[in-house]
Amino acid sequence: MPKNNSNSETLKKVLSLIRKYRFLVVLSIVMAAVSVVLQLYVPILFGDAIDTIKDIESINYVMLKDYLLKIALLSLLSALATWIMNLINNRISYRTVEDLRKKAIRRIQILPLSYLDSHATGDIVQRIIADSDQLSEGLLLGFSQLFSGVITIFVTLYFMLSKNVEITLMVIVMTPVSFLVARFIAGRSYKMFAKQNEARGKQTALINEMISNEKIVKAFAYEGKASKRFKDINEELCRYAQSATFFSSLTNPSTRAVNNVIYALVALIGSMKILNGSLSVGGITVLLAYANQYMKPFNDISSVVTELQNSLSCAERVFELIEAEAQSPEKEKELPEAEGDIDIENVYFSYDKSRKLIEDFSFHGKKGMTIAIVGPTGCGKTTLINLLMRFYDVDKGKIRVDGNDIYEVSRKSLRKNYGMVLQDTWLKNASVRDNIAIGKSDASDEEIITAAKRTHSWEFIRRMPQGLDTVINDDSLSQGQKQLLCITRVMLCMPPMLILDEATSSIDTRTEVYIQKAFARLMEGRTSFIVAHRLSTIRNADQILVMNDGKIIEQGSHEQLMKNNGFYTRLYNSQFAANES
Amino acid sequence: MEKITVYLKDYIRESILAPSFKLLEALMDLFVPLLVAYIINEGIAKNNQSVIIRCFIYLIALAVLGMLFSFTAQWFAAKASVGFAGKLRQALFDQIQSLSYRQLDTLGTDTLITRMTSDINQMQTGLNLALRLLLRSPFIVFGAMIMAFTIDIKSAMVFAVTIPILCLVVFGIMLVSIPLFEKVQIALDKLLGKTRENLTGVRVIRAFCREEEEIKDFDDKSSLLTKLNEYVGRLSAAMNPLTYIIINAATIILIYIGALRVEMGILRQGDVVALYNYMAQIIVELIKLASLIITINKSLACGRRVEKIMEIDADMKYEDELKSKEDDQYSVVFNNVSFRYEGAAAETVENLDFKVKKGQTVGIIGGTGCGKSTLVNLIPRFYDADKGNVEVNGINVKEYPKDILLNKIGIVPQKAVLFAGTIRDNLRWGNENASDEEIYEALKIAQALEVVEGKEKKLDEWVEQNGRNLSGGQRQRLTIARALLKKPQILIMDDSASALDFATDLRLRQAINNLKNDLTVFIVSQRTTSVRNADLILVMDDGKIVGKGRHDELLKNCEVYQEIYYSQFPEERPSGKEVFTVA
Repeated sequence: MPKNNSNSETLKKVLSLIRKYRFLVVLSIVMAAVSVVLQLYVPILFGDAIDTIKDIESINYVMLKDYLLKIALLSLLSALATWIMNLINNRISYRTVEDLRKKAIRRIQILPLSYLDSHATGDIVQRIIADSDQLSEGLLLGFSQLFSGVITIFVTLYFMLSKNVEITLMVIVMTPVSFLVARFIAGRSYKMFAKQNEARGKQTALINEMISNEKIVKAFAYEGKASKRFKDINEELCRYAQSATFFSSLTNPSTRAVNNVIYALVALIGSMKILNGSLSVGGITVLLAYANQYMKPFNDISSVVTELQNSLSCAERVFELIEAEAQSPEKEKELPEAEGDIDIENVYFSYDKSRKLIEDFSFHGKKGMTIAIVGPTGCGKTTLINLLMRFYDVDKGKIRVDGNDIYEVSRKSLRKNYGMVLQDTWLKNASVRDNIAIGKSDASDEEIITAAKRTHSWEFIRRMPQGLDTVINDDSLSQGQKQLLCITRVMLCMPPMLILDEATSSIDTRTEVYIQKAFARLMEGRTSFIVAHRLSTIRNADQILVMNDGKIIEQGSHEQLMKNNGFYTRLYNSQFAANES
Repeated sequence: MEKITVYLKDYIRESILAPSFKLLEALMDLFVPLLVAYIINEGIAKNNQSVIIRCFIYLIALAVLGMLFSFTAQWFAAKASVGFAGKLRQALFDQIQSLSYRQLDTLGTDTLITRMTSDINQMQTGLNLALRLLLRSPFIVFGAMIMAFTIDIKSAMVFAVTIPILCLVVFGIMLVSIPLFEKVQIALDKLLGKTRENLTGVRVIRAFCREEEEIKDFDDKSSLLTKLNEYVGRLSAAMNPLTYIIINAATIILIYIGALRVEMGILRQGDVVALYNYMAQIIVELIKLASLIITINKSLACGRRVEKIMEIDADMKYEDELKSKEDDQYSVVFNNVSFRYEGAAAETVENLDFKVKKGQTVGIIGGTGCGKSTLVNLIPRFYDADKGNVEVNGINVKEYPKDILLNKIGIVPQKAVLFAGTIRDNLRWGNENASDEEIYEALKIAQALEVVEGKEKKLDEWVEQNGRNLSGGQRQRLTIARALLKKPQILIMDDSASALDFATDLRLRQAINNLKNDLTVFIVSQRTTSVRNADLILVMDDGKIVGKGRHDELLKNCEVYQEIYYSQFPEERPSGKEVFTVA
């Protein structure tokens, strides 16, 4: 079966993961065995000790002391073994997670962007954080529990058999009853849980919707209705939740009752055996003690098995990430500091091979040129950025910088030559300084401040509580300020080529003016690709690339394109000339 | 906790019965060692089979009774905990409905959603476990000790010494661990944040070749987490071995003392077995109790968080009826109004002073964060002014009953939010009794007819949560229709045409202008085209009104307005005039 195959495949990978801890793993297994055997042997010694005090005359203090001393010694040994095992398991499981996460973060840095773009961020985070936790806890500790459980069952049976065969057989025969009861209840409560979860899902959706838009609820005086809708769904949830909670909580008392019946049977048969001389009082004490805890390993094992199933699927998800195919290996050759001549020759590219995008696209950009990328929203302007920065590789064709094929040099050396400011601003949860110096970590404060002044961001940085040391998060800055910081970042490095994304209307006019000026400063003498929304930028560009539906459909200067009277002309008229009179 | 425990009031009966039945069940457990002792002392020692069989039947009876008691207890516990959580959830939901905008701003919706969902669920689990087990475990521990005392006082002293020592170890380890667990959680959250950052910022990280640094940063956070985890793990790793040693040491002493007492003729062998069995019961229950206390502790923390919300008093009082008579000249008047958001360093809007006649259209323009939205939010009294007052129809908004005021005002919020339901359901938020005819009329004015016409099921078309299956422009037009359905006297459009193209925006404004009533319209916008035809334009900058008047006037004498206008229409800028004055 393929499912089993992939499971054993995953298991193999887990094993190779803990290979470096193999000494510890073996030690842990040995300790587990020692601790289990000793813990099970101690009740027998207690039984023997109790047998020495049958009646007043025959108390054998020498033997009693001997037994008690043995118990003390073995208890200490067993406790020591348990402790060592716990420590080892801790270490193995936490270090394995750390190893896994280290692998994952390293893989993320070399995964092709296509992988990261096509997987939800939340999903990947889940794999690195929650799934790897589950893998280590569920899988490693699960195995150790499984192992202890199995040893416990066999050793218990062995000791019980050594005391009395018939009673042991009786216990073995009765065992499945407990399982049947547990299964019956689980079946009933599963249905109730399904209904409860459905109702809960509906309720959570309503809560999310109403409370995250509470202001609108209030603006339309909808509170009463919302409350009524909530009430209906809440009552439904309570009905199912009550049954689900009740049924699921029956498992324990029921299996305990079965266990108690077994206990009573052991007491009955055991006593009869003592009467006919085939068992001692100490013996029955031991058997009763075993009967009392005999079910525990079974329960443990059944819960561990579900846990293991779950962990294996988590493990599979983690491995899927850390084994995802990396981008092509880095070339050793470095691209020197570029002049800024860019040649795109007969390039073909598409994200999805069944949907053609860019076909036979050629373009030549000279040093210092401004190239505007224009098109309606959602026309795929980022595609070009993806290709220039080598976030994605072309399917066919060549891109050259100063005549160097960009696929023959390292990505890093290529990217160092570009300064990029995207509209989708990204800032780290770190200080302003760290955020600005991201491309030049050894920059002095003076350099940073100069750069910040040149982009007009110094004014607001200066006013922040701790200046450059202020730790920023996503909400502490306005969109315009974020964009200014991103520009400052590039201003500090001064790379020879630029990729810029012009602000749209969400930024207020004054900040927009600052951004315009900062862009203009940056662009002086540099080859610049600019995703343009503003008429003046487009008109002043040396070259315009017009995009639609992900394709580059026209290119040329403003005048040439207007003369063509094609898509650009229509776009220009609808977007910019619709000035109301 | 009073605000919360009050919801348990209806379940007092269940909350008492559940633990009581649990205690009965525990009592059954406590009888077992006594019966076994009786079997040994009376049945085996005296070779009496009928005693053994009778005791066997008693044991079975105890098992069955114990199960029934337990079932009953579980039933009451489930009823009480689920019922309590249900009532609390409803109460919290209603409480959130009564919070003011100011309170919503301070609390944040994420917090409120967590309180409503996971916190209350955790409380339900905690209460259910507490009702079932919180009394049971101590009862068995002390019950076992008392039973031991009934067997033999001297031997039972071992119990009296062992139990406190065990408690010390178990609860000591637990108490030390709890704050450490919190530290672990914080470290984990940081690692999670770092991971997310690496994914959302992958383009920037690669563009600046920061991969190595990010890996190092991640590794540091990751190894800190491992260190903390191992530290806490070492503590809990000691729990089992320590308790095991203590309990076995106690048992050794118990048996030795037992032997001496048997020799003295005070005890019999069966009694020693019973004492031994009681000792075994203690440890299981103590460990259960420890994990139970961790759960309850978590639930209590959740309870305190929920309580904080429940404790908030409404900070906005409304009148029950409108006492003054409405004036029919001015629709909206601001008299020197200032307002500051909770925790803000400076006034958000300052000295707003203007009058709007009925039927006028007011345009409000200015940069982001200049206070445009705040201004319009003061009209329906979403916030109370700190200084000055706002009048609607000549009456201070504070004198209106809530519904009367809100019914006069149709609001199209900046964020075009729709809710899960049909298009009709969504539009009826404005007027729950609206006929399809009225709905279509509103759609027509809002330029949203084509949105509905384009759908297969028209008004019955299903809208996903947040209107995900509609485009931004479609959502905006539907929210405008929703507000129009109210047939308001004042319509507020808070930058709600930003996703519409210029032509649609124009048609929309013309359609609203053509409405043949005294509708007063407020249009908040960044676009000068949207406001240039307004009867009154308010130009805002940094919380103040820096220009008031019509388009032509402002273009002549308002510098900020000029700056905005010419930045949008550079070709109309008078030549030779430097407009951008950047410091």
